[in-house]
Amino acid sequence: MAVPSVAVQRPPSILSRLAESRNALGLGFMLPAAALLLVFLTYPLGLGVWLGFTDARIGRPGIFIGIENYQYLWSDSVFWLSVFNTLLYTISASILKFVLGLWLALILNENLPFKSFFRAIVLLPWVVPTVLSAIAFWWIYDSQFSILSWALQQMGLIDHRINFLGDPTNARASVIAANVWRGIPFVAITLLAGLQTIPQSLYEAATLDGASRWQLFRHVTLPLLTPIIAITMTFSVLFTFTDFQLIYVLTRGGPVNATHLMATLSFQRGISGGQLGEGAAIAVAMIPFLLAAILFSYFGLQRRRWQQGGGD
Amino acid sequence: MAAIKEVERLDTDEGGMGYLQSLPRRVVTVYLPLLVFLIVLLFPFYWMTITAVKPNVEMTDYVNYNPFWVVHPTLEHIRYLLFETSYPGWLLNTVIISTAATFLSLAAAVLAAYAIERLRFSGARQVGLAVFLAYLVPPSILFIPLSVMVFNLGLYDTPFALILTYPTFLIPFCTWLLMGYFRSIPFELEECALIDGATRWQILTKIVLPLSVPGLISAGIFAFTLSWNEFIYALTFIQSSEKKTVPVGVLTELVRSDVYEWGALMAGALIGSLPVVVLYSFFVEHYVSSMTGAVKE
Repeated sequence: MAVPSVAVQRPPSILSRLAESRNALGLGFMLPAAALLLVFLTYPLGLGVWLGFTDARIGRPGIFIGIENYQYLWSDSVFWLSVFNTLLYTISASILKFVLGLWLALILNENLPFKSFFRAIVLLPWVVPTVLSAIAFWWIYDSQFSILSWALQQMGLIDHRINFLGDPTNARASVIAANVWRGIPFVAITLLAGLQTIPQSLYEAATLDGASRWQLFRHVTLPLLTPIIAITMTFSVLFTFTDFQLIYVLTRGGPVNATHLMATLSFQRGISGGQLGEGAAIAVAMIPFLLAAILFSYFGLQRRRWQQGGGD
Repeated sequence: MAAIKEVERLDTDEGGMGYLQSLPRRVVTVYLPLLVFLIVLLFPFYWMTITAVKPNVEMTDYVNYNPFWVVHPTLEHIRYLLFETSYPGWLLNTVIISTAATFLSLAAAVLAAYAIERLRFSGARQVGLAVFLAYLVPPSILFIPLSVMVFNLGLYDTPFALILTYPTFLIPFCTWLLMGYFRSIPFELEECALIDGATRWQILTKIVLPLSVPGLISAGIFAFTLSWNEFIYALTFIQSSEKKTVPVGVLTELVRSDVYEWGALMAGALIGSLPVVVLYSFFVEHYVSSMTGAVKE
């Protein structure tokens, strides 16, 4: 009994008071993560913006040249082509991923045998490294030995081989198809998780009221799924917009820059070409688009919460 | 009998209203589209595998051999890959870098998530939001300034360049995921421990962490897969052939001039995918929960 009374009488030391303080402790616990993120994420973000205003090259720190990089890009048709390509790529791939992903999610949400097995298999394209699956697509799209061309020829649908990656229009369609292939599982599985939270009783009630299958989907499934659709598609759009790997493997931006995205152009000018300042300027030019996408989904979600009467 | 069965199914509410559909209708609306989806999603893997074991003669001869099948399977491409290229070294590099980055990120993320979610220091909410925003910063806009930093710090062409930069996308993700897990642990447990005289560190290591093992596994698996698949940093920060990771090595070293070694390339892609696929197949539920968990919050 003597021990606790001694402890009470002694005034707490500075160290033990620090250990009690939430703020001091919180700071200590945050330190490793904060240090890594500040040094390798926040600082480079600022450095990137600064580099965009300099004429830095590899091996030579640049000097401040104002908005010269941006002026140059403004009059550079290749840059504008890459902006157009990025928007085309993002919008068409996202729409396809959304429609096909939602469809797949609805199918998987049916009462299927081996449901968890199917779900596990469906996610495979998303699990394997993008570069490695892109190499498989490269072989599938080969100009001479494409298995797709061969199969279509055997079926008598086409009479000569398709030049998948050599023709601007085909190349765009091919990279979008490969991106959609990889993106469908992510959309499908996250939307499936959302679908599983919708109570069956709502469907039964609606069916008793005489709703058709389309009406069930339109007035029960879709409204309840909207929040998760918004978040899933925000992620999907962000990842598609900043895509680099797929293009780098399949076309490197060719033919005649028809598939150059802003990320690949930034790499080509900044790293391969050594013009760090110009590459950084292209990367910085992506930020407004990303912010627009984030704000769009953020305020979209806010509106929904408000409609549903939720605070916070 | 049929009526009784119907009633039973209604009671359990298992299959929803699937029983209202006739079989032919289900075949057209469910099984057929599912089959098409599966074929399209899995075909590249089949094609990868079949090419990896196909002799070069059959690979380009579509007249005498059906390209969808292999007549004389060979391990020649895999032997070439494992014994005449730096591929085993790349595998080892990738394992080391991914493991180190994953553990570093997990340790930092556990502390950060606990501080944000449970210590509730002033400004914890804002920090939580900042962590989420950090997750939205894509590597594509960071690689140029990071390459300058990596070079100035003397990390260029060393594994540390990747081990230290991968946490930039792993920590935000892991923190965000673990915050959700910590939230589900009842406050009462911690309060009991506090009354018993436990320090915050003891509470974290003896109560919170053992209870959030599933969350740790989810975050770990996912982080490992993300680092394994990373490409743009590994492409930019590593130059020597023997220090490359699998995705970069396969693409930059196995593709030479105009002659594409398709067999070796496909074998490289297949073997490079295997570790993550095996890991994934053991922890499917964890993987799915971490993917959907990150989105749901």
